[in-house]
Amino acid sequence: MPQKLIDQSSLGHWVAALIAEHKVYGVQAKADRFAFDALTEADDLRLDHDVTILPPKKYFHPPQEILLQFDREAMTFESVFHAEPFILLGVHPYDMAAISQLDKVFSMDHRDRHYLARREAATIVVCDVQTASPEVFAGCMGHATMEGQSGHDMLLTLLDDGRYLVDPVSAKGEALMGPLAHAPEADQAALQARKRVWDRNRRQLQKNKLKMKPSELPGLLAGSYDHPVWEERAELCYSCGSCNLVCPTCYCFDLRDELNWDLRTGRRLREWDGCMLRGFAAVAGGHNFRARRADRYRHRYFRKGKYTWEAYGEIACVGCGRCISACTANIANPVEVFNRLLEER
Amino acid sequence: MTAPRPDETDIYLPRPATLIETESLTAHERFFRFEMDAGVELSYRPGQFLEISMPGFGECPISISSAPSAGGDRGFELVVRRVGNVTRALHGLEPGDRIGVRGPFGAPFPVEDALTGHDLLFICGGLGLVPLRSAINYVLNRRDDYGEVTVLLGARTPADRLFTRELYAWKLRDDLVLEETVDAADPSWGAHVGVITKLIPRLKLAPENTRALICGPPIMYRFVLKELEKQGMSAEHIYLSLERRMKCGVGKCGHCQINGLYTCRQGPVFKYADIAAVREAI
Repeated sequence: MPQKLIDQSSLGHWVAALIAEHKVYGVQAKADRFAFDALTEADDLRLDHDVTILPPKKYFHPPQEILLQFDREAMTFESVFHAEPFILLGVHPYDMAAISQLDKVFSMDHRDRHYLARREAATIVVCDVQTASPEVFAGCMGHATMEGQSGHDMLLTLLDDGRYLVDPVSAKGEALMGPLAHAPEADQAALQARKRVWDRNRRQLQKNKLKMKPSELPGLLAGSYDHPVWEERAELCYSCGSCNLVCPTCYCFDLRDELNWDLRTGRRLREWDGCMLRGFAAVAGGHNFRARRADRYRHRYFRKGKYTWEAYGEIACVGCGRCISACTANIANPVEVFNRLLEER
Repeated sequence: MTAPRPDETDIYLPRPATLIETESLTAHERFFRFEMDAGVELSYRPGQFLEISMPGFGECPISISSAPSAGGDRGFELVVRRVGNVTRALHGLEPGDRIGVRGPFGAPFPVEDALTGHDLLFICGGLGLVPLRSAINYVLNRRDDYGEVTVLLGARTPADRLFTRELYAWKLRDDLVLEETVDAADPSWGAHVGVITKLIPRLKLAPENTRALICGPPIMYRFVLKELEKQGMSAEHIYLSLERRMKCGVGKCGHCQINGLYTCRQGPVFKYADIAAVREAI
């Protein structure tokens, strides 16, 4: 598909045209931080953001969603699927990697139609990182750029000369081009310039430095089950679940019913849950299979670095650094944990 | 990843079933026999579980207690302890009332392959009898396919015993050995008193040819396993059904994980050899 070169004002016009015709969610300033939200003005789009408070996961696996509607008297259940098409603007490559992981989780074995309906309805425009966040380490995890990654529909890259390289990579992405189809094609020099941005991002998105390859994590963790780091750090853990909440690859959920005022009809909801919360592994009758903070803390890191790799062939950490900033107790830096395990192996 | 098809099953969508018969078994446990609506069959194996919906209250995982028949089944039996909102609501049901059902889910006891031709030792602690009853009755329905059948049963008190009429019928059979114990006896009690592990050394096990099936409260497993190992049984020949919080039943929600394993998919029945090294399992 033809890659195009456009200046920033053309980009603004293009975004305005998208907003006029489609449901668009994009990155916007929220106080002194950034968040994905419904985009109504092209000027509000902030492709220079460092990291969003919550990952774009919320558009595919929302904090709360209706799975079913039911009628207790008739004992009927009806699936609810959300398939309104939308465009997601400004997803960073590491967050795209996380979405691709969720794609695997929700499409392997028992396919989850609720997730897949939302995913199918989305057109994802990834934007290469322009500002590194203080804690990002996507460069260590292999997710600083889209090279070798897929799942997105279009890639935008701000080149050093101030122009954007627009790269539609799917039919959905090409369908978004509209007037951009008439823009000049990106030449070899522009592609070289993009490569320089990628090389730079791979180096710069390493604010925390992981001292090993991500592929070494499963083996490292296999020998670290009884390492003192779990107890030491969990001592300080509030079990608040903030690390779960902001994580782009966390997908655990709870199911809960809600009744209408007629006490007859209602809905079954899916809501985010978190393995760091105290009752996560508790069963009816009160027995809690992970009652200790240290057990929950270790479980989270083993899921990130070992269990998900065993089940899906993926390391469930993309290096966004959100958990590091979100943790009140300052114990959630995965790079610190993994490096310590390596040093004290 | 391919797009969802309109005819594809929604893995969260329950199917309706009707309560046919219910009976109180103890102060906290009730027996239920349900039947799926006409045209709907449940094809289940001993050891599997269902997600039972009481819409408005929620959903919870419950082991199937009946033995499957040769073909598919519309009927199935459950025993439910009243411990939470959903189970309290279930206890209030009357014949003709309806529920929602998802499943069956999980790995069953290998009654059709690895267990045939062998002596079977069932070790049931408390509610552990509920899923094991499915396997026991399956075996009794095909009695010639198996060797000696021994059932060890532990309950807190004589009043906590489940399926007392059925236990009596088992007791009368000459092709099944039933040994019972309670933690605390009353004057009527004529069998053993004490933990279920104490019953094991009294058996004349042929450890090579015996296959053990175990289900009970979490605390029970390590003591029973230690005793079975002492008797010379191999971890390859021991099957356990483990309890966890199976919320979605389809390996997504995360609640039932035992380290990296999903109890709802790789379990709830595990071969001991497969989980002996899994730290959170026992």
